[in-house]
Amino acid sequence: MIKNIMRLVVASAIAVFAAPIFADGHGCKISARVSIVGNEFPAIHAVADGAKVCKGSEVKANLTADHQKINVAGMSGNPAEYTSAIIANSSIVALMNNDVIRPLDDLVAKHGKGLKKNQLITINGKVMAVAFMANAQHLVYRSDILEKAGISAPKTYEEMLAGAKIIKDKGLMDYPLGGAYKAGWNLAQEFTNMYIGHGGEFFKPGSAEVSINNAKGVATLEMLKALSTYMNPDFLTHDSNATSAEWKAGNVAMMNMWGSRMGPLMDPEQSTPTVVKTTTLGDPMTVGGGSTPATTLWWDGWTVAKNISDAEAEATFIAMMNGINPKRLDDKMMPLAVWLIEGFKPGPANVGVAAAARMNAIPYPMLPYQGLLHSALGSEIVDFMQGKEGAATALADVEAAYTAAAKEKGFLN
Amino acid sequence: MKHKTFFWFFLPTASAMLLFIALPIFSIVIQSLFTPHDAVIIVTENCDPFGCKQETTIDQEATRDLKKSEPLGKFVGLEIYKDRGHLAVNEIKEIWVESNNFAEFRNNIGNLPFYRAMAFTLTFTFTVTPLMLVFGFIIALAVNSLHQNLKGLTIFFSLLPMIVSPLIGSLVLFWMIDSRGIIGEALQYVFEDPDLSLKASTGLTWVMLIVYGVWHAAPFSFVVFYAGLQTLPMDTIESAKIDGASRLQQVWYVVIPHLMPLITFVALMQLMDNFRVFEPIVGFSAEAHAQSLSWFIFNDLGGETRLLSSAATSSVLTIIGVSILLFPVLIRTWCDFNEKSAK
Repeated sequence: MIKNIMRLVVASAIAVFAAPIFADGHGCKISARVSIVGNEFPAIHAVADGAKVCKGSEVKANLTADHQKINVAGMSGNPAEYTSAIIANSSIVALMNNDVIRPLDDLVAKHGKGLKKNQLITINGKVMAVAFMANAQHLVYRSDILEKAGISAPKTYEEMLAGAKIIKDKGLMDYPLGGAYKAGWNLAQEFTNMYIGHGGEFFKPGSAEVSINNAKGVATLEMLKALSTYMNPDFLTHDSNATSAEWKAGNVAMMNMWGSRMGPLMDPEQSTPTVVKTTTLGDPMTVGGGSTPATTLWWDGWTVAKNISDAEAEATFIAMMNGINPKRLDDKMMPLAVWLIEGFKPGPANVGVAAAARMNAIPYPMLPYQGLLHSALGSEIVDFMQGKEGAATALADVEAAYTAAAKEKGFLN
Repeated sequence: MKHKTFFWFFLPTASAMLLFIALPIFSIVIQSLFTPHDAVIIVTENCDPFGCKQETTIDQEATRDLKKSEPLGKFVGLEIYKDRGHLAVNEIKEIWVESNNFAEFRNNIGNLPFYRAMAFTLTFTFTVTPLMLVFGFIIALAVNSLHQNLKGLTIFFSLLPMIVSPLIGSLVLFWMIDSRGIIGEALQYVFEDPDLSLKASTGLTWVMLIVYGVWHAAPFSFVVFYAGLQTLPMDTIESAKIDGASRLQQVWYVVIPHLMPLITFVALMQLMDNFRVFEPIVGFSAEAHAQSLSWFIFNDLGGETRLLSSAATSSVLTIIGVSILLFPVLIRTWCDFNEKSAK
């Protein structure tokens, strides 16, 4: 009897002390395993953490910058290792192409209360993903440096170049510009932005035939190269992380950077007070007299694997819904991204992405063969950036590399 | 040994080799001859947070039927081997016709990924292998002549570069040679050139990778040679000394011939390893300047749209490349073996 009472006391003590910790998980009960794979940045961590508070079964998350290298492989098996992949509009294509994610219509109807219509990514009438945040690259600048140089925030890339020259000539900074120009995915992304800004079309209408070797493509490359002359000479090895580090070290005055990276740049714990105080967000820039901003709109969202049991799919859906539960949007989570979740209030770190949407920026194309072009761009325009070959040759190389890959994948004959 | 005994003795090894070497090779050869089916493309209405629009997607159901009827994909023979990403047969023909002189021909070939990668891989292989043999040998001789009490500690420190995982080792160096890193800044100071960047120049990147390669691999040859030195016949050395041989002559005429089989072994291993150079390229983010077949495989498997046939083809080409490299050494070993068994 005494033993039983003791047990009761201990159990209630645990319940009382543990309650605040598990408060988030209140109402989130799952009955099968959940395993998440996704990219690694603060907003994604916040969502995965929200899924992890669910009780009843194990929730694992593997968040890594290499997520695209493992998500298809990890979802192809039966049963799939990952029950959910957090992806963006470019990377959902690989999952679609390989047929490893399931339509979510029934789960949305059952558990998707509170989702807004624009969160549902529908492909051919079926919901294939639930978007939770929007992202875009836009201008960020150091107001003190620009003030000292006597220039205003650039609206176009041409103004950015002119401003960089003034900053350099006045001796304020050696390399006033920054950018994620690392050979590969990042550099290809900058090309994509700039080419869209020039009003370029990547493919001949209605076909997988590439068409970037034109005047707009050449202008795009020339602009990228002109910008790179004002960057740290190691620019071809700098991804978003390295570029952010350069910014926090106070070495850069202007750059085109992801909205999702703005929070850390303005975090007093990560940089000097001067940099934090003067880091200012601007609108995405236009180029070559165009009106479409030279940037792309992105959404990040989650999917549910196809090759898993219905119980696991349901558990995954419930856990991921908890990850994007509006109740979780507290002071910590709010500034991490432009959330598409109900109740989001834009803060100072979000104005850039909002501006991109307002200026009618074009979403990154969700085409089955866009990824192949992206890879080809990432490796073939490097020679041009190093001054080893002309713009037309580089673009011809891109087209040839893309064509070889597209033939292999059966997109071209 | 009786044939039956030999059979049972060899069976575990043989089955492991079949399972882990022969089958995978067979599998990549097959995969390199097939490509995915032609994609059945349809235009559908897709919606996202930014609105709805007509877009091209793959018709999964139609594609699934195709896959079911022919699971291997579409047979293309050697097409992938001949495409631009690999041997680029047609491109080479065109370049040959269009180029006016050899320099131009060479330049244009350098524009094709496979040959660009080969240029780096072969340079890397044929500089790193001899250099690491020489350095390993010198370290082994030096350590061997140290006082007994110092040997253990010295061996431990000499082995460190090999103990550190290649990716970590190259990443550490990567940050040190950054133009704002300790070595990078020091070089800028020494050469009085504030714009000097090891990462921005192809030539310097190659030098950096080669230095890293030697740094990482020298301990391996050191350890093997050091072990070999412990079996050195002291009477031969002593008689050489009595004959008035200098230290250098002793090394040249006694030590090196004694270690020759080990040198062949280390050279063999290193030729193979260096031809597959990969980690330093990733660690140093050097893909803008230096690529290798292994890096191509990694890249094909990693992209948003994976190129499996291309990766398989690069793997087969790597195997062929390694075989060509090892051929002279293998012939030599075979001859030695025959000589010995003839005696």
